[in-house]
Formats: sequence, C-alpha cells, structure tokens
Amino acid sequence: MWESFGFEFINFYFIPGLVLGCIYALGAIGITLTFGILRFANFSHGEIMMTSSYLTWEFIMIFTSLGILAHPLIGAIPASICAILLALFVDRFFYKPFRNAPTIMIVIASFGMMLIIRSMVQVIWGPNQLTFVKGIAKPNAYIRDLTASFDFMLLIPNKHFSILIGTVLIMLLFNYLLSSTKIGKGMRAVSDNPDLAKVSGIDVENIIKATWIVGGFCAAAAGVFLAMDTQFIESTMGFRMLLPMFAAAILGGIGRPFGAVAGGLIIGLAEELSAYPWFGDGPVISPGYKSGVAFSIMVLMLIIKPSGLFKGKVF
Amino acid sequence: MLRNRILAVENLFAGYGETEILHDINIEVAGHEIVSIIGPNGAGKSTVMKAILGILNINRGSIFLESKQITGVKPSDVVKLGVGYVPQTDNVFVSLTVQENLEMGAWTLRSGLENKFDEMYTLFPDLSDKRFQAAGQLSGGQRQMVAMAKALMLDAKILLLDEPTAGLSPKFRHEIFSTIQRINESGMPILMVEQNAKQALQISHRGYVLVDGSNRHTGTGIGLSSDPEVARMFLGSRGSV
Amino acid sequence: MDIILGYFLYGMSLLTVGGIYALLALGLNVQWGFAGLFNAGIAGFAAIGAYTYAILTTAESKFHYGGLELPLLVGDVMAMVLAGFIAGVIGLICIRLRADYLAIATIGIAEIIKLVLKNESDITNGPRGINKIPRTWEHFSEERFYSSFPLNVINSSDSWQSFFESIARWWWQPFFAGTIILIVLFTYFLLEKLRTSPWGRMMTAIRENEMAAAAAGKDVTRRRIEAFILGALIMGLAGAFLGQHLRLIEPTQTFDPSKMTFLVWVMLIAGGSGNNKGAILGAFLIWFVWSSSELVTNGMIEILASIFDSVDISILKNRAGFIRMLFIGLLLQIILQRYPKGILPEKRPAVSGKI
Repeated sequence: MWESFGFEFINFYFIPGLVLGCIYALGAIGITLTFGILRFANFSHGEIMMTSSYLTWEFIMIFTSLGILAHPLIGAIPASICAILLALFVDRFFYKPFRNAPTIMIVIASFGMMLIIRSMVQVIWGPNQLTFVKGIAKPNAYIRDLTASFDFMLLIPNKHFSILIGTVLIMLLFNYLLSSTKIGKGMRAVSDNPDLAKVSGIDVENIIKATWIVGGFCAAAAGVFLAMDTQFIESTMGFRMLLPMFAAAILGGIGRPFGAVAGGLIIGLAEELSAYPWFGDGPVISPGYKSGVAFSIMVLMLIIKPSGLFKGKVF
Repeated sequence: MLRNRILAVENLFAGYGETEILHDINIEVAGHEIVSIIGPNGAGKSTVMKAILGILNINRGSIFLESKQITGVKPSDVVKLGVGYVPQTDNVFVSLTVQENLEMGAWTLRSGLENKFDEMYTLFPDLSDKRFQAAGQLSGGQRQMVAMAKALMLDAKILLLDEPTAGLSPKFRHEIFSTIQRINESGMPILMVEQNAKQALQISHRGYVLVDGSNRHTGTGIGLSSDPEVARMFLGSRGSV
Repeated sequence: MDIILGYFLYGMSLLTVGGIYALLALGLNVQWGFAGLFNAGIAGFAAIGAYTYAILTTAESKFHYGGLELPLLVGDVMAMVLAGFIAGVIGLICIRLRADYLAIATIGIAEIIKLVLKNESDITNGPRGINKIPRTWEHFSEERFYSSFPLNVINSSDSWQSFFESIARWWWQPFFAGTIILIVLFTYFLLEKLRTSPWGRMMTAIRENEMAAAAAGKDVTRRRIEAFILGALIMGLAGAFLGQHLRLIEPTQTFDPSKMTFLVWVMLIAGGSGNNKGAILGAFLIWFVWSSSELVTNGMIEILASIFDSVDISILKNRAGFIRMLFIGLLLQIILQRYPKGILPEKRPAVSGKI
C-alpha cells in the first residue's frame, strides 16, 4: 500500500499541498480580517506579501555583506517590520480618507495601491526573477531515516519543515491574540458588528491599526514562506497569490480567521492534488490549469453557499 | 429646568440627510429618574436616541450631558463621556462570550475590570453562569440583559434604552421592566423609548409623548397613563393602554 | 516634410489607441457608471474580442486552428458576441453579490481566460500568440483581399497590386483611425440614447436605491446582467480593434491584466464615471498622458544621468515603464481623493417622480 500509493501521494502531492495551503492560509488571514473589519476586499494584500519577500532578500544581502550568513527567517524579521509599516502607511494615506465614503472607493484605491506597490518594487529591484535560495532542497535526513525505519519514508525538505512549523507557531500566537487579548477581542467585536462597536466606546481606529499589523505580519510570513518554497522571487508573485487567497477567505467565510486558515489549506491541497493521476496515468487537471482550481472552488462556493463553510458574512 | 438635570435635549431639529424628522424636541432627565418616550410608530422616538448619540445630522438645537454640550460629538466620545446606549436590535456581539461582551463595554476602563464584572453579575444574576457562553446562543431576554450590562460597564451617567422589550414574550417583558427598575434603584437615571407604553409608563417617573416628530404631551408616568387622549392615541394603533 | 508626416502619423496612432481605450472606457461606464458593477477583468474581455477576431479572420496557419479567413466584419461581430456571452455567464453567477465579490470574480475570469489562451495552443498558438491579424482598410493591400470580393469586381489583382505599390504605405492609417473614431462616436450616441431611455433611468434608480427599485417590482438582477453584457460587448469590439492595431497578440504581455484594466479604470474615473463624454475625454487624456510620460520619464533619466555620473542609465531606462506606472497609480489616488467625480461629473437624467 505505502509502496504503491502512499509514498508518492504523501511525499509528492500531499505535503507540497499542505505547504502551499499554509502559505495561502497566512495570506488569507489578512484578507479576511480587513474584509471583516474594514468591509472591503483588499487587492493590495498580495503586493505586501511580495514586497516583504523582496525586503527579506535585501536584508539577507545586507547581512551577507556584513559577513553574517543569514537564513531567510532571520531576514524576515526586519522585513516583516517594514511590511507592517508599509501596511500602516498605505492605510493612513490611501485608505483612511475613504472611511466614511462608499466602500467601493476604498476598493478602487486598493486596486490602485496594488499597481503602485508593484511598480515601486519593479523600479527598485527590477522586473526579473531573483534567486532567493540557491541549490536543490534535500529531504531532511533525520526524518527520512526515522520514518523509513517504520516503513513509511517521508521526504520532507528542511524548507517545508520550517514552513509547516512556522505556520503552526503563528496560528497559535494568532489564536492567543484573538481569544485572550483585549485588542484581539476588540478585533472580533468590530468584525462582528462595527456599528455596535462604535456606540460601545471601542476605539475602532486602534482596532484598524491592529488589523493592519496582524494582517501585515501574516502577509510577510506568507511572502517569505512562498519565497522559501519556490526559491525565487518575482514581482508578480503577489498577484498570483491574490486569487487563491480570496478564494480561501470566501471558502472559510468572510470575517472568520480560522475559516480562512481552513480555506487556505483546502485550496492549497486541492491545487496540488489536482495534478495527481487519480484516474489513469495523467494528472486529472492539466498542470497549466492548476491556478484555475482556486477560482473554480471560489465560484462554486459563491453559487452554493456565499457565506462560506464557517458562516461568514455576506455583504 | 429640572433640578439635578443629567440629560437635556433643547429645541432639537434633526434628521437623516436632508429629511428632517425631529422638530423642536425638548426632553429632560433628572438624576434617579426613569423617563419614557412613547408615541405611535414613526413618531421619531428612536431618532431622538440616535440624535443624542451623535449618529444623526443635527440642524438646530442642543443636547447637554449635565452641564456639558454634547451636540455633534462623535458616538464613541459620547459613550466615553458617560452615556450608556443599548440599541434596539443587534445590541450584542453575537460571536463573543457574555463576559467578552462586558469587557468590550469597558473598553476605556483602565482598572477594576473584575470588580465591574462582579457588580454586573450581581445586578444580572441570570448572566452569572452564562458568562462563557457566546452571546448569540442566549435567549432574547438574556441578550437584552447582556446589552444593558455592557452599556453599564463604563461608569455611565445615564442609560439610554431603545425599545428594550421589542420582540420579547410577556414573561420576559415583565422581567426586563423589573430589571430596569432595579438598575434605576441602584442610582442610574434611565431614558427609554418604548412601544409597550402602558407598562413603560407604570415604571416611569415621567414620560414624553411624541407625535410626528414633535412633543405632544408631557407628564408623570401615572398621569400620562391615565390621560384619556393618550389612551385614545394608543388604543387606535396598538390598544395596549 | 518628414517631420510633419511623423507628427501626423503619431497623431493618427494616438487617435487609434485613444479611440480603442475610449471604447473600453465606454464599456466600463455602462457597467460601473450606469449599473455600479465593478469589473476588474477588462483585459480579459478585450482578450476574448481580440482572439475571436484573430482566429476568425487570419489566413490559414499551420501553428493553430482557425485562420478561417472570414470577412472582417464577421470577426468584429463575433468578438462582441463571445465577450457578451461570457459576461452573461459570469453575470448569472456573480451579479447578485456585492461589488467586491464581482471584482474578485472578474479578476478570476480574466486569469482563466489567460490560462485558456496560454494552454490551448492548438487554437491560440499558446504563449507565442497569433500574428498577421488583418487590419481594417490596410487589409485591402494584402493579396488575399484584393484578389477577392469586393475589390476583384472593380479591378484585376495586378492593377490593385500596382495601385497599392504606388501609394504611400501609411495610406490606411487615417482611415483606420477614422473608423475607430466613428465607432466611438456611434457608441457614444447609442449609449446617450440609452442613458435617457426608460432603461437608463431605471439603471440610475437601481444604483441609487436598490431596495426601493426591487420593492417597486423592478427585476434588478436582470437589468444588471443586461448592463454587464452590454459593457462587455463594447469591450469585445475594442479588443477586436486592439488586435487589428497590434497585428500580433499573445496572452500575457498584450493583455497584462493589471496594466490594461487599471488604465481603463483611471480613464473612467478621471473623466467622470457615469458620464459618457467623460469616459471618452478621460480615455484620450490619460492615453495622451501615458504615452507622453514615456518621453518625460526618459528625459528625466537623461537629466539625472547628466547630473550624477554614478547613475547607471541603462538600468533606469529598463525600468522607466514602471516609473510611469507608479505615476499613473499616484494620479489615480489623487483624483480619487481630490476629484472623485472626475473632470465631467455625471449628469443624472431627470427621474420623474417615481421609479
């Protein structure tokens, strides 16, 4: 069983799907939070993600030139701070003026920000792909030998291992924030009922700031993880991620952060598993159409149940 | 002018956008009073509440909290200044637990949160063993209590209730009214808008009757409920007085 | 003389591309300005139009299916029909949802269209794209057109050949630009008629107050789908003409989803959404700004380079396009914040009493 089916399926489809799902999940958290709290679809979210992977690359370069060999996760720390500042800056100057305007204004503004941020990155770092991590990722030898001794050999490269562990840690932190801190409860309250929040004396502007900080941090993590996974960065990577992240947020139910996580995992797995030869020899869906899977799931969800799997909001 | 005046609405003209709904409204609430605003549907009762909260356009007139002008102040600041407000519907955060709801009511409270919780659970004993349940799972009456407790978490100077018994069964209605009395007896002035005019007037010290966005009658609770014209007005629409 | 000719031809190409963008902006105005439908997949609809036209009208090719050599008009019409059909399908699914969802869905559609164009290389020749798309007017100087109906009735192939060799090579440019301008004007008058018609007034009413319109018994969903399809028809036609103008189309660069869609949005908002005149004005204005910004940024880079010796001019020149994009993006933000109604704000048709 393991030899004929499981080995290939788990190592070459399921684990990559899970890794991709983690990246989507982290990205979708920010989308669902802004959608829930500020009531708009933020089109520039993918660009924050992309920018933070470029910033990480830049910090690794700086560290290396100082003679320090830096892991991407080290470079990600200052990069995520910059990403958060960028998110706050964009909100202050481009979204805040529209707080009391029809939401569509802020959607258009975020659509514009998408282009502005991307152009900025292209001006600074150029339009070409950059190598993020060199070399071929080898499976972690310890896990391989350990699992092989139990007859289910797992081939997990270190990069995937870091992404999985990192995502779990961020989720735990995020869960703590939402359930046990005042600002987190406030975020849930504003997402639940913004009008009531205002007449309850909750400082909504502070909550909005917190939302950008959390969303920006998760986007930065997603961007760096994606760069670690694919080992290169390019200026269109944020836009490519946008649709699956929206799909994840809608699938999980708008305003439901853990729904978005579930949605992200489902979309990631679905994309990878769509290439598995379920029937016959070839992949079920031609790899060229892999990025259409997320969209199909999203449209299906919008038709069947627009509120998502976890009873989110429909505007 | 009343002695010991907590809230005053003076010559208020207000509405949504260009549509003016309230014309020359005057309402006062003194410390320790329960004051009811009653009137037929569309008389602008809830609109008065929204005007006090700062949600509406105020064209003319002024609103005072104690001696402080609060006309045109932002809703979140009105609340911070000491106006506790319970909207008619959607007045609890359904996905938050009861205790989290109370905590949200106390957003600007710096310390003494635990004491405040205890105070509320004493005032609303029903909520005590539901404190870790999601507010959305509670019954209508219990939700109303959560909403009131939430509004009392900051040291409110006055409590505004927008139709606290709307949609409740007679049994719960009675319970809410007696809770309101209990809150009042603890020293909290209350201004409420009510459809169930008779019961509301019975527990009120004074009442205002609004018709078509203007003051029609003013008097004591008992006085108004025995006024034949008031009775006729309500017999016409609801037959409950 | 050459300089004047150069300016003349430059002006013609400004009119041509400006006109194509004006069509796209008019299409978007029907969807957004009239009906409040957020379409973020404009490039997708234009791509459908361009590819439909290309496959139907090009000469037979060994690289891809099609090359059906159908009359150009058939290509134009089918470009509209197919774009409208796809819009209808999306409309049925997504139109009831709020504008944000529609925006996401239309971005998705544009992506799917791109995927299909890239992957179905038997039909579309994949990433290499379709070449030698016949241009209206210019096509007459191609042998397959002058040797067939209607030109072959007037004269023989040989004399046509010598005629086309005797006239200037750019003879078709004013005709092509003129045709596009005529189509823009025709579309404009049609849309103006529509805007003040009962249908147009109903659209305004729906946009103002959807609930009231629905309560008054209007089939809101149906009206919106109609507007969405109508807008897409116009975009499909614009796509067909873009294909003609470019002669070579391919899935990624030609229909760069963010760039083309974004430019059209900036055009409509700058001109004044809801106002057809504004849409046309915005399109020409922004296209002029966009194409002249190339000169400006290049000039700025030259100046920078002459001041600072250390500036690597080749890198900056490579990235000049992105600097322009950045400026256009900022321009949009400024317009949105300062002049949200655009240069020509919407004039509401008189809604007499009730809807």
